[in-house]
Amino acid sequence: MRKQLVKVTGILVLAIVIAISGIVKAADEPTIKVGAIFAVTGGASNLGAPEAKTAEMLVEKINKEGGVKGHKVELIVKDSGSKPENAISLAKQLIEEDKVLAIIGPSTSGETMAIKNICQEGNTILLSCAAAEDIVNPVASYVFKTPQKDSDAVRRIFQVMKAKGITKIGVITSNDGFGIAGGKQLAKLADLAGITIAISEAYDKQETDLTGILTKVKGKDVNAVVNWSIVPAQSMVAKNMKQIGLDVPLFQSHGYGNIKYVQQGGEAANGTIFPCGRLLIAELLPDSNPQKALLMGYKKDYESRYKEDASTFGGHAYDAILILVEGVKKADSIDRDKVRDAIENLKGLVGTAGIFNFSSSDHNGLGMDAFEIFTVKDGKFAIYK
Amino acid sequence: MCPGGKKMNLPQVVQYCFAGITVGSIYAIVAIGFNIIYNTTGIINFAQGEFLIVGAMTAISLNHFVPLPVAILLAVVITTLLGGLIELVFIRRAQNASVLHLIVITIGISILMREAMLHIWDEKVRSLPYFTGTGVSTITIFGAHISPQVLWVLGVSAVIVMGLTPFFRFTLTGRAMRACADDRMAARLCGINDKWMVTLSFMLSAGIGALAGCVISPVTQTQYDMGAPLAIKGFTVAILGGLGNSMAAVVAGLLLGLVETFVMSQFDVAYKEAVSIVILLLILVFRPSGLFGKHEITAMRAV
Amino acid sequence: MTQFRRYIPVIAVIAAVVVLQVVLSATHATYYMTQITMSAYYALVVIGLCLLMGYAGQVSLGHAGFFAIGGYTTAVLTTLNLLPYRDTPLVKLCSSLGLIFQRQDIYGADILSFSPWVAFVAALLLAVIIAFLIGLPVIRLKGHYLAMATLGFGLIIYRIVLGGSIFGQADGISNIPPFMILDGLQVNGRVPYRVMNYYIAWSVVAAAMVLAINLVGSRIGRALRSIHENEEAAHSLGVDTYRYKLFIFVLSALFAAVGGVLLTHYNGSIGPSEVTVMKSVRYLVIVAVGGMANLWGALFMGIILNFLSLRGVFGSYDDAVFAIILIVIMLFAPQGLLRMPRLPALWHGLQAREDTAKPVPSEVEGMAVPQKQSGGSNG
Repeated sequence: MRKQLVKVTGILVLAIVIAISGIVKAADEPTIKVGAIFAVTGGASNLGAPEAKTAEMLVEKINKEGGVKGHKVELIVKDSGSKPENAISLAKQLIEEDKVLAIIGPSTSGETMAIKNICQEGNTILLSCAAAEDIVNPVASYVFKTPQKDSDAVRRIFQVMKAKGITKIGVITSNDGFGIAGGKQLAKLADLAGITIAISEAYDKQETDLTGILTKVKGKDVNAVVNWSIVPAQSMVAKNMKQIGLDVPLFQSHGYGNIKYVQQGGEAANGTIFPCGRLLIAELLPDSNPQKALLMGYKKDYESRYKEDASTFGGHAYDAILILVEGVKKADSIDRDKVRDAIENLKGLVGTAGIFNFSSSDHNGLGMDAFEIFTVKDGKFAIYK
Repeated sequence: MCPGGKKMNLPQVVQYCFAGITVGSIYAIVAIGFNIIYNTTGIINFAQGEFLIVGAMTAISLNHFVPLPVAILLAVVITTLLGGLIELVFIRRAQNASVLHLIVITIGISILMREAMLHIWDEKVRSLPYFTGTGVSTITIFGAHISPQVLWVLGVSAVIVMGLTPFFRFTLTGRAMRACADDRMAARLCGINDKWMVTLSFMLSAGIGALAGCVISPVTQTQYDMGAPLAIKGFTVAILGGLGNSMAAVVAGLLLGLVETFVMSQFDVAYKEAVSIVILLLILVFRPSGLFGKHEITAMRAV
Repeated sequence: MTQFRRYIPVIAVIAAVVVLQVVLSATHATYYMTQITMSAYYALVVIGLCLLMGYAGQVSLGHAGFFAIGGYTTAVLTTLNLLPYRDTPLVKLCSSLGLIFQRQDIYGADILSFSPWVAFVAALLLAVIIAFLIGLPVIRLKGHYLAMATLGFGLIIYRIVLGGSIFGQADGISNIPPFMILDGLQVNGRVPYRVMNYYIAWSVVAAAMVLAINLVGSRIGRALRSIHENEEAAHSLGVDTYRYKLFIFVLSALFAAVGGVLLTHYNGSIGPSEVTVMKSVRYLVIVAVGGMANLWGALFMGIILNFLSLRGVFGSYDDAVFAIILIVIMLFAPQGLLRMPRLPALWHGLQAREDTAKPVPSEVEGMAVPQKQSGGSNG
């Protein structure tokens, strides 16, 4: 009799426990799974490392503040090693196995183009942090990109040149995706702006010294030099130019967005002119500027957590996550199609790179006003007047 | 792109020469390090480039706490010890392995060192301050300009070569090291402690590599993955001059730098990189003993 | 009957492949097939390299270059739009021969490009010709000179694809159409074709293995082994060492190019990252780990290591893992993991290395002579 009582009690207790855990489980909101493919190592680690750090930091912050509409965000970061073939394999994994709502990244255009069709066919939102115009042109319904347009950066540069009366320029770019894309836009838009490109050359990303190529540029009697690259060449150009006596204005791309490059360039960097997102001089913005609060917050959080300067590259990942979160909020759902539709209709979203206005034909959402023209004064960034 | 403008005036030609000397001096100083290990073991150490970067990175980190010369000195010492450690841990064990075997091991070491540097120092670009002057100071000759740091690179290379050549030719230790490369067994029979000679050669190569890394850092800047490209240029130049001959390496380095620069001045800059690889292949096929080497090199023909 | 016996492992592997597919399909885990298929194509390179390194005793630090030649050739030919030239006589001729056909690219625009079969044949021809031309001078080189020459070759290919705008420069080429082998059979990475492609890849690998096994057991194989053990002796016995080595070099290049073509169509894209020094080193590591002269070991290791690497299991330490494996194998098991001497013998071997009565293997070429290593006994 007692034995049976014990047995029955035991079973009842077990049943109650299971029932309670079942209820508790049911009360758990499903998490929002977000995949991320960044080039944390490899040739594009300058881009991928800050992007990964930014993404992790932001997701943690979002979760601490309660998640998105009660859902916690689960970020799955994968390192592609800057290799498109790895990006392909990882994208398929994230889409089919982890069944993510969206993929943030990749960091480079080559990787993005490799997975563009995979994401489109997998009905998975792709928020790329790479710059190539091909990514959103032609538009694929699920594919978006967050960095500003290279062509807009070029247009801004040409605007400044026109105002300064510059007509003949020399262009040097790195031979990676970023540099080549910039070179193409410069060539495409020069005629329209009335600027002659006397010489355009691509140097190897890991070039040890640029005096040779700059000597070639000097021989063309140019009024200005445009350098389109990311590190380490960016800092070298200014120094080498001064060293060989090429005393003309130096224009850099929006890849110059980190104070470290200025520091490396030393006093030669003074006077450099370049377009960039407003992250760099957030503290100089008037309080009325819509981006200021966001930028100051991001800068402070990133720098205090990672003890390194914030860069505009990390900002692209920040914007991607922001866009996704806003999309979920607006769609009030975590269904891929609903979120996609919501993102496509986002207007006036304040991000680090600018203010986003998406549409079905514009999956980038940024225009020329996303850029501010900066210069370097006394080793610090200043707004160019 | 139409071929670069004809070099019309003297300042431009001289400027191109200086540009060639700048890169050439960098190649030369990297190449010197290869020859020490080669002279003792016959191995081409693929990790040589990483010694340069480790040295420079260490010096840059130390420079935050101590003045520049001290930082460089400490960096050289640390890297020297590291070189010895690497030899003890990896190379010594593979005693009877073929030279090729050991070269492949050095490839593995190179990758490991690079990854370690990525995790210790991260991916950012850094550089040492210029030894004299700043990034914009120049010396003007014949209307063309050159950075004083390049003279430092050349100067340090000259000092190293001037030290190494008599070392290998006249001192007991140097000759003992060379004996090991010629015939290990015979050297041992003569009472030479061949194992320690090998360790010493790695230490020396590492230390010289570190010094080289420090002196080129202001010019090229330093990033964790610069070791391999430098090494490739370095051993191309070492082979071009003739493996084992440091003076020839310097000459070959300057020569390659000048050839690259002049090719670049006339054609698309993209061809510049191809120049060194083509030269490497040509040398290997037609004259593996190098421009200044002797012909008794390990038989080129495979029967 | 001994003829048949050596194919037994092939049948065993095929059986395992089929069983795996059934299991994966049943458990709805077919997504693993993506990485397995990709690894199988990489394994083709490894098989060829194994023949070259293990049997012909030649090292190659630039084999990724042949993979790239295959991949890029097919990429360029199948995406090149000849529409603007459709009225030139050459294009008209190709069109009438059925070499070119009109299709719609992914965005619906009309495009006139070469058929993948044409590209395939062209890629293989190009790889063979280049391998032959490179091999002619380079096969004569010894030891580290050969290593550097092959390294130089890999670097040249890298520079060409990185610098040439027809190759897409740093971004590579994407939107590559699938490879229509026959009606209904195509090399395509998309989900509906997954199981089909799994079998296509393994069929190609099986064919390659059969070819390799045949080769090793044939007269050529015996000649190669004799060269590997003692080149001078072989030469004195009348073996034309140079010709055999060149043949294997070209054959291994062919294998790599086939892998390149098929993987490029499977992925739908290719980039310069497929032809870096690190990639070539990876292939070398896999052959070294699997056992220099062990085709099955190389295949097995190739599949496993690439599978794990592609799935991101090694995370940010991917390259470091390969480097560590390389060093450990080179130091402790130069014949490869699957031929490791028994542990006590290994220890003994490490100690006894110096005082051995066995002849020192010819050190000028190759990295480990199968079955004849001074020191401990081994399989």
